Amino acid sequence: MRWIWIDRFIDFQPMKSATAIKNVSLAEEHLHDHWDAYPVMPFSLMIEGMAQTGGILVGHARDFKEKVILAKIGLAEIDELVLPGDQLKYHTEITHISEAAAAIEGVISKNGREIGRVELIFSHIDRNVSGRDFGKGNFVFTDQFRRLLAPFTRGPIS
Amino acid sequence: MPMTRDDISEKVRETLVDALGADEEDVTPQATLTGDLGAESIDFLDIVFRLEKTFGIKIPRGELFPDNILNNPEYVSNGKLTEVGLATLKERMPHADFTGFEQDPDINKMAELFKVETIVNYVAAKLAG
Repeated sequence: MRWIWIDRFIDFQPMKSATAIKNVSLAEEHLHDHWDAYPVMPFSLMIEGMAQTGGILVGHARDFKEKVILAKIGLAEIDELVLPGDQLKYHTEITHISEAAAAIEGVISKNGREIGRVELIFSHIDRNVSGRDFGKGNFVFTDQFRRLLAPFTRGPIS
Repeated sequence: MPMTRDDISEKVRETLVDALGADEEDVTPQATLTGDLGAESIDFLDIVFRLEKTFGIKIPRGELFPDNILNNPEYVSNGKLTEVGLATLKERMPHADFTGFEQDPDINKMAELFKVETIVNYVAAKLAG
């Protein structure tokens, strides 16, 4: 099982930008325990949602041949609580991409209004300077992951 | 108008404050990136990306922070850089001050070469063409 924290891409510009949405639902078990007073979408999972949006964009840029790992959260500012019933939108743009790594900047919106900003760096870990071997199989973009991604990249079923 | 060295130093300082979350007063010319400012390996990539954006330059891999030195047995022996290794590193890092390091080229002290001033020297040379 993979924890996927985005529901759908609504825009995907290869090598440039991607936008995904996430509908927050009380059917998600993690919300039942997150905060005693009332359910709140954890900020950490919003960062993960942005990382998945940006990570897929970065992975796609290298035809999913690299193992793309979130390596650094340079900035994460989220101004408002997000509750069940809210819709999140993660918009991300690649600011740099190189053989070894990539950087993205992202904006989080809630119900159409900006509520946060995130900057992330991803490592292409097979290109690490220490020369460490992470094996041949791509444990990031597995077949299962590719299957989950298929509806995003193929477009609407006609 | 070309940037002065002071301009470059100020922008490098801002870059390091943003990339490392360092206090501005700690980012002195002689501060080392790892020892004094707490940089980790991924931060070096972050710094490269930010410098490229700030100064509008392209920094090829290994040019500012050389790689493939420590894993080359020709360059390292008994925890120290060999004569060839030291010569290669000096050639690849003309922007670094080797005065102290070359007296005792212990690989554990190599991080001392990566100072704030090293970056300023590199950017200044790069902008000068």
